[in-house]
Amino acid sequence: MSLAAVDTQRKLPDLDRVPRVDEVGVNERVARFQSRSIKKASKVEALRMVLSMIDLTTLEGQDTPGKVRQLCQKAMHLHDSVQGLPHVAAVCVYPTMVSVARKALEGRDIHIASVATAFPSGQAPLNVKLEDTRMAVDQGADEIDMVISRGAFLAGDYAFVFDEIAAIKEACGDAHLKVILETGELGTLDRVRRASVLALHAGADFIKTSTGKIQPAATMQVTLVMLQAIRDYFYDTGRMAGMKPAGGISSAKLAIHYLVMLRETLGNAWMTPEWFRFGASSLANDVLMQIVKQETGVYQSADYFSKD
Amino acid sequence: MATPENKLAFDGGWEYSPAPESTDHIKVEKKYELFIGGDFVKPESGKYFNTINPATEERLSRVALANDADVDKAVKAARKAYRGPWSRMKPADRGKYIYRIARIIQERAREFAAIESLDGGKPIREARDVDVPLASAHFFYYAGWADKLEYAFPGRKVRPMGVAGQIIPWNFPLLMAAWKVAPALACGNTVVLKPAETTPLTAMKLAEVIADAGLPEGVVNIVTGAGDTGSSIVSHPGVDKIAFTGSTEVGRIIQRALAGSKKKYTLELGGKAANIIFADAAIDEAVEGIVNGIFFNQGHVCCAGSRLFVQESVAEQVIRKLKDRMETLIVGDPLDKNTDIGAINSKAQLETIQSYLDIGKQEGADIYQSACALPDKGYWCRPTLFTGVSQSNRVVQEEIFGPVLAIQTFRTFDEAISKANNTPYGLSGGVWTDKGAKIFRMTQSVRAGVVWANTFNKFDPTSPFGGYKESGIGREGGLHGLDAYLRLEA
Repeated sequence: MSLAAVDTQRKLPDLDRVPRVDEVGVNERVARFQSRSIKKASKVEALRMVLSMIDLTTLEGQDTPGKVRQLCQKAMHLHDSVQGLPHVAAVCVYPTMVSVARKALEGRDIHIASVATAFPSGQAPLNVKLEDTRMAVDQGADEIDMVISRGAFLAGDYAFVFDEIAAIKEACGDAHLKVILETGELGTLDRVRRASVLALHAGADFIKTSTGKIQPAATMQVTLVMLQAIRDYFYDTGRMAGMKPAGGISSAKLAIHYLVMLRETLGNAWMTPEWFRFGASSLANDVLMQIVKQETGVYQSADYFSKD
Repeated sequence: MATPENKLAFDGGWEYSPAPESTDHIKVEKKYELFIGGDFVKPESGKYFNTINPATEERLSRVALANDADVDKAVKAARKAYRGPWSRMKPADRGKYIYRIARIIQERAREFAAIESLDGGKPIREARDVDVPLASAHFFYYAGWADKLEYAFPGRKVRPMGVAGQIIPWNFPLLMAAWKVAPALACGNTVVLKPAETTPLTAMKLAEVIADAGLPEGVVNIVTGAGDTGSSIVSHPGVDKIAFTGSTEVGRIIQRALAGSKKKYTLELGGKAANIIFADAAIDEAVEGIVNGIFFNQGHVCCAGSRLFVQESVAEQVIRKLKDRMETLIVGDPLDKNTDIGAINSKAQLETIQSYLDIGKQEGADIYQSACALPDKGYWCRPTLFTGVSQSNRVVQEEIFGPVLAIQTFRTFDEAISKANNTPYGLSGGVWTDKGAKIFRMTQSVRAGVVWANTFNKFDPTSPFGGYKESGIGREGGLHGLDAYLRLEA
C-alpha cells in the first residue's frame, strides 16, 4: 500500500495549537495524585482493577515458544490459591510468538498484543513495517503495539510520522492499534504532548509511553501529559482513546497512583481494561502480594508467587 | 462511545474510602486560660467563650476572654520582659530560643496540623503540608537573623521597638502567629499576641511550645478574645508597635485609632487578586493554578486569585477544563487526607459568602458550582464560578473570602493590566504565559506586593509579603520583615 492510499479522513492537526506543557506544574500535579490516601475497600478494588489491566509482557531476544507458553499460563492462572481473581487483559509478545500465544490462549478472553513495525527502534522502511504488522495480525494478534519513527519526529517531519501511523492503522484491519511514542527519546513534555496529539489524530486506538527498552520508560509525568491529550481529543471529537504506560511500573502502590491520576483526569469511563493498560512484567506479583495481604493480614514471601 | 456533549464523568465508579487522620495523639484541654508572664492565668473578666469545630458545629474547648485588665497585665508582663532579659540578651542567645521553638513545632507537627484542621476547618493535607512546615520555617529563618541584624542594615544602628501588639486572623492561625512572633523576637521585642476568636487553639498550643522552650517569662504573652480584646491592645499606651492581619475594614479602624500616636504599625489587609491567563500559557497547568489560587484553604486567603482574566481566544477551553477539574475536588471532612476543600471557618463567614452568591445571581452573573455532596452538619460551600461578569459587578470588586471565582476575558496585554489594576486592593497577582518577556512586563505593571508567574500561592520565609493601596502597609517576611520590628538609627 502506498501512502497515497491512506484514509483521507485523517488530517494532520496544527501542532502549533497544541497547549504547552509546564514541567514544574506537571510535577506538582503528580505529587497531588501521589498524596491521595487509598485504603481499605478502595484499595482492594484498585488492586483487582490493576490486575485486570495488565498486558503481561515478554519482549526479549531470547524469547522461545516455551517461555511464551509459560507466560500465557500465568496470564490465565495468576494465583489460583485466591478465588475469583481477574485475569490480565492481554499478553504482549513479538510477532513471531503470536501463533504460540494464540494456541496457548485458545478460547480464553485474554487478548494477544504483538509489537510490530521494527520494534523497538522503528528504523525500517514502511513496507517492512507494514509487512511486520500484517504478519502479526494474520497470526492472530488482537492488538498491535507499533513504534513511531522518533528520528523523523525529532527532525520535524511530522507529516511523515503521521502518514506512517495512518498506514499502519489501515494494515491493522480489525486489530486495535497502540502507538508507542517512546517518550524517553522525545526529551521534553512539550514533544510528548505533540506526539500524542499527532498519534491520536492519525488513528491510534491507544497511545503508549514506551518500549521498555529505553530509560526512562513510563513516568507519571509523561502519562499525565498523554492523558490530557486524550481528554482534549475526546473534547474535540467525542472519540475515546486508550492509554498504556509501559515499563518501570513494578509496584502496586505506584500502579494505584496511576489509577488515581486516570480517575481525576479522564473520569470513570476510562477505568476499564478496554481503555487503560499497564505494560509490565513484574507488576502482577506485587499486586498479588498486596491482595493476599489484604485478605490474610500478613505479607507472604515472594516465593509463594509464581515467577514465569 | 462518547457520553453526551463529550462530557467526562467523575461521579460514581471507583471512590476513595475514608482516610481520616487519627486524632488519638492530640490533646485539647476542656478549657484554656490566658498566657501571661509565662503562666496560664484565669481571665480578670471571668468569662470564657466557645471555640467550635466548623465541620461538626461541636464545641472543642472553652477559651478565656481577655478584657482591658487582662490586656493591661499582658502588656505589663511584656514590658517587664523587654526591659529585663530580652532586649539585653546576647542576640545569639535570643536566636537559640527561637531555634528551639522552630524545632519543637517540627517535632509536634502532626499534633499542630490536626488541631489546626479541627479548629479552623482546613483540610489536614494543607495544614500538614503548608501551614505547619511554613510556620516552623519562619521561626528557623528569623532565628538565623537574630545575631546578624547589623548586616541586614549596613551602616545603621539597630534597636528593638519594645512591646509589639499582634493581632492575627483565622485563616492561617499558627502560620500568621509565626509570621508575627518570629521576626519580633529575633529583633529583640516582646509580644502580646491575640489569635482570632474562631481559631485560638493552635496559638494556645504555641504558648505550650514557648513555655517548653524555656523562653523567659513574659517575652510572649497570648490573650484570647474577639474585636474588643484586639481594640484594647491597639489603644494600650504601653504598646510600641501594632501588627495586624485581617480585613481592610478593621485595618481602617486601627489606623484611625493609631493616628497621632507614636506607635508604629504594619497592616496586612484584604485583596482581590487578578490571575491572568494568556493564550500561550501551559493551559492545563494554568487550570491547576486557578484551582490553587482560589480554592486553597476554601478561598480564605487574602492573596487568593479571586479575579480570573482569561485571554478570549482560550477562554472557552480554560473554563471547560476548570469545570471538569472542579468536579474532582473532594469537599468534606477536613481531617480526611483526601479532602481538597474543608469547612468554611465560621457560620458568620458562610453567611457572608452566601450573601455574595445571591448578589452575583441578582446582578445577572452565571453561576456554576461543582456537583459534590456536602455533609449534613457543619459549614460548607461548593467551589463556585461566576461567568458573564464585568468590572462593575460587586462579586468582582469586593473581597468574598470564600471559594468563589469571578471570570472575565480580555483581548490584549494592556487591557489585562488595566483591569487587573482597576481595584482598590493590591496584594497579589498571577500571570500565566510561556513567554519570559511577558512575565517581566507583567510583574512591572501589576500594582501588587506579590506577583506569581506560572504558579500561585507560593510562600517562603525569605520572601517579603504585603500590599499596595488598600491591601496594607509594610512588609512581612524576608529582610524587609525585620525592618518592621526595628528602629534604625544612623
